[in-house]
Amino acid sequence: MTEHHEEHHTVSYRFNTIIWGILLCLTAVTVIAAQFDFGFLNVVVALTIATVKAGLVILFFMHLKYEKPLFKIIVFITFFLLAIAIGFTFFDIGYRY
Amino acid sequence: MSAIKDYTGAKLGMWLFLFTEVLLFGGLFLLYAAYLHKFPAEFHLAGKELNVVLGGTNTVVLISSSWFMALAISALQQGRVDHCKKLMLLTLAMAMTFLVIKYFEWSAKIHHGIFPDSPELLARPAGEVVYFGLYYLMTGLHGLHVILGGGLITFAYVLIVRGKVTPQDFVFLENAGLYWHLVDLVWIYLFPLFYLIA
Amino acid sequence: MASEHQSALSFFDRQPGTSGGITSWIFSTDHKRIGIMYLWGIMGFFIVGMLLGFLIRLELIAPGRDIMDQQTYNVMFTLHGVIMIFLVVIPSIPAAFGNIFLPIQIGAEDVSFPRLNNFSWWLYLTGALLALVSLFTGNGPPDTGWTFYVPFSSNVTTTNVNVAVIAVFILGFSSILTGLNFVTTLHRLRAPGMTWTRMPLFCWSLYATGWIQILATPVLGITVLLIFAERVLGVGLFDPAKGGDPILYQHLFWLYSHPAVYIMILPAMGVISDVIPVFARRDIFGYKMIAFSSVMIAFAGSLVWAHHMFTSGMSDTAVLVFSFLTFVVAIPSAIKVFNWVSTLYKGSIYTDPPFWYALAFIFLFSVGGLTGLILGAAGTDIHVHDTYFVVGHFHYVIFGGLGFGLFSAMHYWFPKIFGRMYNSRMAKISCVIIFVGFNVLYFPMLIMGMQGMPRRYYDYLPQYAFGHLISTIGSWILIAGLLLMFGNLIRGAFKGKKCGSNPWGGASLEWQIPSPPPHHNFVTEPVVDRGPYDFRGVERDECD
Repeated sequence: MTEHHEEHHTVSYRFNTIIWGILLCLTAVTVIAAQFDFGFLNVVVALTIATVKAGLVILFFMHLKYEKPLFKIIVFITFFLLAIAIGFTFFDIGYRY
Repeated sequence: MSAIKDYTGAKLGMWLFLFTEVLLFGGLFLLYAAYLHKFPAEFHLAGKELNVVLGGTNTVVLISSSWFMALAISALQQGRVDHCKKLMLLTLAMAMTFLVIKYFEWSAKIHHGIFPDSPELLARPAGEVVYFGLYYLMTGLHGLHVILGGGLITFAYVLIVRGKVTPQDFVFLENAGLYWHLVDLVWIYLFPLFYLIA
Repeated sequence: MASEHQSALSFFDRQPGTSGGITSWIFSTDHKRIGIMYLWGIMGFFIVGMLLGFLIRLELIAPGRDIMDQQTYNVMFTLHGVIMIFLVVIPSIPAAFGNIFLPIQIGAEDVSFPRLNNFSWWLYLTGALLALVSLFTGNGPPDTGWTFYVPFSSNVTTTNVNVAVIAVFILGFSSILTGLNFVTTLHRLRAPGMTWTRMPLFCWSLYATGWIQILATPVLGITVLLIFAERVLGVGLFDPAKGGDPILYQHLFWLYSHPAVYIMILPAMGVISDVIPVFARRDIFGYKMIAFSSVMIAFAGSLVWAHHMFTSGMSDTAVLVFSFLTFVVAIPSAIKVFNWVSTLYKGSIYTDPPFWYALAFIFLFSVGGLTGLILGAAGTDIHVHDTYFVVGHFHYVIFGGLGFGLFSAMHYWFPKIFGRMYNSRMAKISCVIIFVGFNVLYFPMLIMGMQGMPRRYYDYLPQYAFGHLISTIGSWILIAGLLLMFGNLIRGAFKGKKCGSNPWGGASLEWQIPSPPPHHNFVTEPVVDRGPYDFRGVERDECD
């Protein structure tokens, strides 16, 4: 069926630029954080910051925040399944290495 | 058979395709996770050999390219076609910059004898061999996607010039943008995992 | 009445205003033509795969060399696996019957991305041609088994693994795009009134399958790329000498290949869910549970991949976890079997060929599923892993399951596609011969496996000779039945009695349009106000 009128949410220049600014700040944060040694938490800190950045890109640049719930659900499922794939593999290698 | 114009459907199809890319790279991230767990010391050591300035610059380059791309879509939606075209050219310029920096990084490494199966590399501890193997494969696959994304954006540019993609029908540009943001996303994870692991 | 023979143009005919000819087929964006082209490819490769199986069994009829040497034997079972899995079973029901009927069943004109659909078919063709190329170039076709395990595939064999894995990559892409197309189509193109719970269960099964195709196949993609990288670049990610872990290859491989078996079986289960109600003249028992179980199988099936690796050397913890999870995935499959059988209770049974094949499916898949429990339990798996028990198990579930599901689909939708009917008696005789041959071929494997006969072995000890002899004889009976079945269908396509729209009295939308369907599926967009198995007022329109 053809759509006759779809809601197009336009993100303003201003808002896009704010997101860009935050992303640059977070990049600086992650570089600075790497100068400190948190032990095994190093990777956790780095990946957390990366995930916040990724979240901003996905929600705003990729527009997911303004999409139908279906889109949000399937994005979540995809990353959830990837997490299972990596996580369950650690049932093996976590006890072997 | 007339083409069915379905804006939401076209976007849904693109997101589904992006999921395949997530799982494609996901396999490599799985290997990275496993080997980081196996060789923490060697990964830290080898990570020092990568140039944080170049890697960081490339990160800024890609984030900015995503910014330009998002602005381009915003511009087209507002009917500002010329503005959109300029922003897309800026995006492509950022893509080229990324590839140039990558070229210099890789050629420096290769010049120093660090590449898959090189005698120089094989003489090092096993964990470093794995690290650089993953480095080349993951940044290589990513670089390939930068090229593909650039091609897609170029094609979208041509379609705008020809009036096939318009402020009323811009889903092709949006989808090209989605693909480009994915390329940015992968790098957002590659950067800390390879450059900041030291 | 069937005697009102359709004089209108069918999708097979040349559309007015077009030049017709082969280009109107190979570049067609009509889902029905694409489905037919896939059907021919799949049937053709099924016969090739069958021939390879026949030759394998011929070699194994007695100990020692019978008709081929060891290298050839290794190539034979590799090709049999690669062709059957990637060129036949994975595409079969979705690409052929899914393409033809999914849009019609939901009241749509075509899939969401018709040009992408055509591209998928070209990818299938390209992958098939590349696989053929690998037979004749370089150092010969691969001898690694379809699983391409390292280090043999990466470091040792000099055969044409490179070309073969590229072919697999391309075929995987074809599968991904089909799944992507179907998922989008089901979300976006259902006709007015066609709610999610009014769709035929065949569509639900294709939906769940589509998700697995989208999410699991890329992992196969990266895995074969990694084999290529190992062979060409010597990266060493799975090479212990370079710090690599070969077991990680197996994790990546099975992350796809286990969900892949659900790509194979879910559509077949969908066919059975559509067929049983029609031939019991009753609404299906537990529609929502069957739909839900399809999605559950897709999800649970992505949690259990390492049950293929119990003896690989992975950690005991992993063995425990994956064995436990494997029992969970059996539950939704069992739900389906119970619901199908319950549907038959107090039904008005019509014993036509599609129903015979469906019953055979239920029996054979159950046997296969039960043997799967023995494999899923880590303790017993230690003894039967890599034996003929496994070979018997997967042939029961894949061939007994998907194969018979495919045959049921062929006999069910045949009159709709061709507007003609095959000989029913011949079809039933074929079914019996195939069923008997199947069990004579594969049941001894379950026993031999328990007795310790390893799989993929070229030669074997004399104590297994009797089992192998019986098995090979079974393969002859099976092939005779298959040839009879195909012959009957081909004959029916050209000379069978002409049929109207609804020879079986089905209630889903495909039975309300002419046989064969016209170029445009529906004259006006259907408005749906009843379920897919609501047979009130639906009559069988017997063929002439």
